This record gives sequence, structure tokens and C-alpha cells, in this order.
Amino acid sequence: MAVLLLAEVAGGELSVDATAKALTAAKAMGDVTVLCAGAGCGGAAEAAAKLDGVSKVLCADDAAYGNGLAEPMADLLVSLAGDYEHIVAPATSSAKNILPRAAALLDVMVISDVSAVVDANTFERPIYAGNAIQTVKSSDAKKIVSVRTSTFDAAGEGGSAAVEAVAAAGNAGLSEWVEDKVAESDRPELTSAGVVVSGGRGVGSEEDFALIEKLADKLNAAVGASRAAVDSGYAPNDWQVGQTGKVVAPDLYVAIGISGAIQHLAGMKDSKIIVAINKDEEAPIFQVADYGLVADLFAAVPELTEKL
Amino acid sequence: MKVLVPVKRVIDYNVKVRVKADGSGVDLANVKMSMNPFDEIAVEQAIRLKEAGKAEEVVAVSIGVKQAQETLRTALAMGADRAILVIAADDVHQDIEPLAVAKTLKAIVDEEQPGLVLAGKQAIDNDMNATGQMLSALLGWSQGAFASELDIDGDNAVVTREVDGGLQTIKVKMPTVVTVDLRLNEPRYASLPNIMKAKKKPLDEKTAADYGVDVSPRLEIVSTTEPEARKAGEIVGSVDELVAKLKEAGAI
Repeated sequence: MAVLLLAEVAGGELSVDATAKALTAAKAMGDVTVLCAGAGCGGAAEAAAKLDGVSKVLCADDAAYGNGLAEPMADLLVSLAGDYEHIVAPATSSAKNILPRAAALLDVMVISDVSAVVDANTFERPIYAGNAIQTVKSSDAKKIVSVRTSTFDAAGEGGSAAVEAVAAAGNAGLSEWVEDKVAESDRPELTSAGVVVSGGRGVGSEEDFALIEKLADKLNAAVGASRAAVDSGYAPNDWQVGQTGKVVAPDLYVAIGISGAIQHLAGMKDSKIIVAINKDEEAPIFQVADYGLVADLFAAVPELTEKL
Repeated sequence: MKVLVPVKRVIDYNVKVRVKADGSGVDLANVKMSMNPFDEIAVEQAIRLKEAGKAEEVVAVSIGVKQAQETLRTALAMGADRAILVIAADDVHQDIEPLAVAKTLKAIVDEEQPGLVLAGKQAIDNDMNATGQMLSALLGWSQGAFASELDIDGDNAVVTREVDGGLQTIKVKMPTVVTVDLRLNEPRYASLPNIMKAKKKPLDEKTAADYGVDVSPRLEIVSTTEPEARKAGEIVGSVDELVAKLKEAGAI
């Protein structure tokens, strides 16, 4: 069965990690063609062609696709959908914006945030903030699937697929891009980092968040945050880990000053090792932590940073 | 301009859900239900638009079981003008899929002709994050998903969206569907007098059949299971012990 995988392309470059993880899921559904769309997507298409198990890469090069606007992107997917039984993408904010639109245009359901592929029609997905796992079987002619990347390993390199240009599908002009405010960071990307250090309300201020960042730098980790920390302005919104932020599953997750609300756990409880540092020994985070330290973070975190 | 706000009755966000032992689903009998938190933000935004003189009427809509009228009364108490309840299920365990909800909402939009639909970004029960985008597609409208700022200016709306790398601002043509993110606003509480007044506001009861929408699911739920439980952890006494344990586990 033929699968079209919408590659994650940001700023003209392929997001290799997200795309390669979704590729692993897509390969379990059938023969994978990758679609790169962008304003100048040649480089992304070349990079996608090297991923192992890709049989073909389509490159839709048009200014309309430069900023991932949902309306032209969904129209492009619909224009190509005829040849494919599955349309798949990593469950990024970009794909979550586009896929349901394309699905409705095709009159099929979207299957969001799939954590396992049982067979080509049957998928597992977490519901209720990850507190239940639902297995669903699609009766639709086409399956539109977004993939929870944190539960799939990235496909390797070593492929040599052919790149083919495809025609743009036009632009109805319903929306236009104004500006991006991208948070600059030299640290590893949150969703693909091997180690994540997160701070919560307990950190107390934006200045004190530097403690979290110092520890993160020592561990070569990405920095995460709870909703409370983001709402209080200690950290930017794109650092939020949880049901409504990013879902991560690193080898090591260090939760500092985070109580462990259901909505936060939804974004990190599949981490391999969880460490919690909190002065409240009753904090729910200790129920999922492999190693818990009941201590004042302002003493424990600098000490930990120093001893690593 | 009229604003349409779809709201969903879901399990309260503070409740730890229980998966039924027979794998048939999550147990919703005798569990506290409330308005989906994202929908509260959508209602709040609609009311603020009205207060700012940019909207004349706010209509709240809910689709599901009869008890969803409580959720609509909450929206009315917050400040919505009237409500439409579409009864599409007779058991709380039957969750109508986003595609069917979007089709029902489209029929309501065709009838009500709002200039803006404000929906939550996702429902905290099915975690689909799809209805708003699907509705926008069916209407052929523009969409502004995951909005943390919204400014309506005549024929256009400027929407700042929460995206993976930060924030993206786009300009969309009106009419439009906007789905709201957590940081758009702080929803108000309904005061007791407003709760009393809400009981007198109009609430129309309809059925999915009235709109000619087939609500049968496209996805068959094969089973619902508990996620794998984590192995019990341990409490360490000091930073030194923590470092030693992490080294032993090969984590650092």
C-alpha cells in the first residue's frame, strides 16, 4: 500500500529527526513516498531522499508553501491524495494544523498522535492526557495519521531515493504570513534531546530559571518547562512540556520544582529515567520518578550542577 | 458580527481517569464533568469581542448527550447570549468524532451565518485537535489554529499562533475559524446572579438528524487499556546519592 509522508520542513530545511521518526511509523503501513513542500525545498528533498526506506521524494517548490499555511498545504495534500491510501506526518504543530483540514476535504477522519501502528488500518493512540491508550480501526478509504514521534525510533540514513518535482496546487489566498518570532537556542531541540531538564512554578522567577539552564548546559540537555512556569513568564511557551505543549521521551528527564499535574505528566511520563527534585514530599511527581530528591531546589540544583 | 462558540462537556481536567477493566473504555459514570478548558478560553474571547463592540451576539453550541445543556448554561452564565444543543448521543460514553462534529457545526454555521467561529484547540478527553481545522475546511474558510492573540480588523483577523519554534503571526480573511490556545486569555468565573440569569436565556434543543448529519464513527474503538505502569522509584537522601544512582544507571 502506498503511503505519502509529509516531511517536516522548517525554514527550507528538513527537520530530520521528526521526519525520520514518522518514517518509521509510515514504513509499517506500506511503501513510503516523502513529500517536501516549501519555498525552495530542493535541499530538504535531497536530505529526505537519503533516509532509509524512502522509495521516492516529491518536491513541491512554491512560495505558497514557505510558511506552512494550512490552506495551501492541505490543498496540496488533497491534490496528491489520489495515489495513496495513507497520508502521514509527524505530530508537530505544523502537521496538526494541516492534516485535519486535508482529512475533512477528503471526507475522512484524522487519526491524531498515533503511538503505535498495529496494522495498516489499526492504530494505538493515547487519550485523556495519556491516561488511557485507545486502539482504533479505521473504516475510511484513506487514513490520515499524525505520528507521536516520541514513541518511534528515527529511521537511519543510507537511502538513495529519486527526487521528483510536483506541481503546486495553487493558493486560494485565504491567509498570509506576517512574521515569525522564533526562539533562538544553541541547545538541543526539546523533542529530540537525549536529556531534558525542566523547571516549574517552584523556580520562582525568570532570573532563577538560569539555575535550570545551567544544569541543562552541563548535561547537554534541552530545557523544558511546566505550564505554570510558562504562564508566569519564567520560560517561553515553546518550552512547555505536557498535554498541550510538547511530548518528550528522553533517556533522562529532570523535573525541578514541578508538582507533576496530570497535564504535565502527559508530556513526559514515557521518559526512560525520571528524576524529581521538589521540596514537597507529597508532590505527585514522586509517583512517577525513578529517583526523587526531597530538597530545596535552590540548594540542590547548584550542588548537582557542580558535582556532574 | 455574530460569533459561534462550540463547547464540549468533558471529564473535569483534575479527575484521574479510570479505564474499565473490560477494555471497553474510560469509566465516566458518576465522574465530575465540566466544560473543556480550551472552550472556556474560547467563550471568554467571544465575550471580550462583544464587550469591545466587535461582536453583537455570542452563540454557544454543544453536541453530545442531553446533559451537555449544563455546559451550555455555563457558557450563558459567562456571557453568551443564547445556546444550541444538538443531541447526538444517548450515552455519555459515546464520543462523537471531530468529523461528525465539524459537519454538524457546518450546518449550524450555514443557518446562523456567524462571522467568526471560536473553538478550543483540543478537547482534553479525545485529545484529537482536529474539529476547528475540519470545520474550516468544510466551510472553505481560512483558519487560525492555536491562537494566543487575536485581533479582528474589518475583513481580516491577525492571529498570533503558538507553534513549535515560538510564535507565528498570520493574517486571515474573515469569516474565519480560530482555535484558541491556553495563553489567549484568563476565562472569567460566572457569578451567582449571572448563573441565575443564564437559566432564562434561550437554549434550543436539536438533534443531529435535524441537520441531516450522520454521526456514526469512522474509527471503530477496538479496545481501551491502561498505559503501562512505571516501576516504583526510590527517594534518595542527598545530591551525592542521586549522582551515584544516575551513574550506576548509566544515565550520566
